[in-house]
Amino acid sequence: MLEISAKIKEYFLKRNMVISIIFVLLCLAPLFLSDFRINLLGKFVAFAILALGIDLIWGYTGILSLGHGVFFGLGAYCMAMYLKLESSAGKMPDFMSWSGLETMPWFWKPFASAPFAITMAILIPVLLAMIVGCLTFRNRIRGVYFTILTQALSIIFVVLFIGQQAYTGGTNGITNFKTIFGFSLSDPATKLVLYYTAVVLLLAAYVFCKMIIDRRIGRVLVAIRDGENRIRFSGYNPTAYKVFVYAISAGLAGLAGAVYVPQVGIISPAEMGVVPSIEIVSWVAIGGRGTLTGAIIGAVLVNSLKSVVSESFPDIWSYFIGITFIVIVICMPSGLVGVYRQIKEVWRSSLLLKQREAAVKH
Amino acid sequence: MDTVLDIRDLTVSFDGFIAVNDVSTSVRKGDIHFFIGPNGAGKTTLLDAICGRVKPAAGSIFFKDCGDVTKLAEHEIVERGIGRKFQVPSVFNSITVYENMELAAEKKRTVFSTLFSKLTQEQTERIEYVLNIIGLYEKRFEKPAVLSHGEKQWLEIGMLFVQQPEIMLLDEPVAGLGRKETEKTGELLKEIAKDCSVVVVEHDMEFVRDFASTVTVMHEGALLVEGDMEKVQRDPRVIEVYLGRGGE
Repeated sequence: MLEISAKIKEYFLKRNMVISIIFVLLCLAPLFLSDFRINLLGKFVAFAILALGIDLIWGYTGILSLGHGVFFGLGAYCMAMYLKLESSAGKMPDFMSWSGLETMPWFWKPFASAPFAITMAILIPVLLAMIVGCLTFRNRIRGVYFTILTQALSIIFVVLFIGQQAYTGGTNGITNFKTIFGFSLSDPATKLVLYYTAVVLLLAAYVFCKMIIDRRIGRVLVAIRDGENRIRFSGYNPTAYKVFVYAISAGLAGLAGAVYVPQVGIISPAEMGVVPSIEIVSWVAIGGRGTLTGAIIGAVLVNSLKSVVSESFPDIWSYFIGITFIVIVICMPSGLVGVYRQIKEVWRSSLLLKQREAAVKH
Repeated sequence: MDTVLDIRDLTVSFDGFIAVNDVSTSVRKGDIHFFIGPNGAGKTTLLDAICGRVKPAAGSIFFKDCGDVTKLAEHEIVERGIGRKFQVPSVFNSITVYENMELAAEKKRTVFSTLFSKLTQEQTERIEYVLNIIGLYEKRFEKPAVLSHGEKQWLEIGMLFVQQPEIMLLDEPVAGLGRKETEKTGELLKEIAKDCSVVVVEHDMEFVRDFASTVTVMHEGALLVEGDMEKVQRDPRVIEVYLGRGGE
């Protein structure tokens, strides 16, 4: 028994201290924060899942995607379709009749089933990423060219979703949800359950990403970032790994979208655009790229800051966020986690020095 | 001795510029085979063609009993047993020396197996054996950033060796190394040549003289002379294009 408790202590307090603290705080948050704040925090937790995906592909593998809003949006739309159908009791959603549709389009029908909608929220982004990834990575499109391509993808989807108003709700997106799995969305208890679901899913996503990076595949991904040519001539096919990591991160983004929608109550094409996609990357940059903890901290912290600042200074908040981003990128290139590690390192070496001095005196 | 690699009528051109012109040569088993020649002679391009980095315009490269490898992708060529080291030492800086070796040692290189399989006892032993040969066993848990230029070169050679290739292609492995380190690299190559053939592109003539078993001289994309060092050194054409111009 002692051995087990020692092991638990070692695992949670020593090796994973920061992440353990984060999850304890997230679990205890409802005791201290108002319902409104918890709802916001739940949204940020969804963003943190998204940030984990970006960190896998950008932080670890070095591929910068500025189009992850698309995958997030697709996941969110899948979930929104389910919620919309549930609140219109299986009938045709209101915006369709406004756009002059007579019958519900065929591809909307299966989304009345929650398991189908949730599966699709992850599967569609994964499949889209696999197709785009295969086409680009196989032809050795990389670096800036890939990044531009992902931006184009994001623009294409925004235009498509705005244009197909009858099927997607156009610029307004999909909104006016009433219930989820039969529970009222305006009920505080439902909101609390949604919040905890988001936290549990974040934990699951974290454990999943941790599993990937701790195995040999994690080293292959880092190796692709450090020297794609070398890994190719070590006999690995980088294309397969890049498609894999792109698909995984797209799946996480889709999951994040599905977690986001019931808490926020709306999804519109604006969320899929280039600007939100760049914002996601900035969270990871601020938190610390190449560390999973950094991605989570970045997503939650930046968004909290954003909402606090925008409440106090509604006119100038975007400048404030912009300046913070610039300062952090210039002064701490490895993000907040990088700074934490540096401080820890300095503290440890000064401690060692003191011990040595004490030893010399004796 | 048996032939491992057989290059026939190989021509490589870049937008009309012929970098390698109708070269035929072969590499024998267990040889340390040097390719020398002035800048622009096509030595590096020849290595690039063998390892699949560039596709030849004409000709073929036969490797063991695998047939013509010019049609294969780079990682497939590596799987057949051809290892390649580039001029600039390229090792993975964010992971430890041991993890670098581990990536190279594993034979199963699919996404699935890197997710689930672990190294075998045999592979771990081989990594430790190679780490000892290249003299980096003590530093196996360090990151390559702390290694000297020479140690990085050895690490990369070690990463090739641990793949157990049949032939190893090295592009200027002693460039920028001091005499002592060059000497050590040469001894390392001798050790490696017990198990596999080594092809080296090099400018350092003393290094060539000390360690070459076969030397091929290239000039302007074409093969000039081939043979042992003595024969090559006496050849008047070689003296004219290379050694005669103070190529020491």
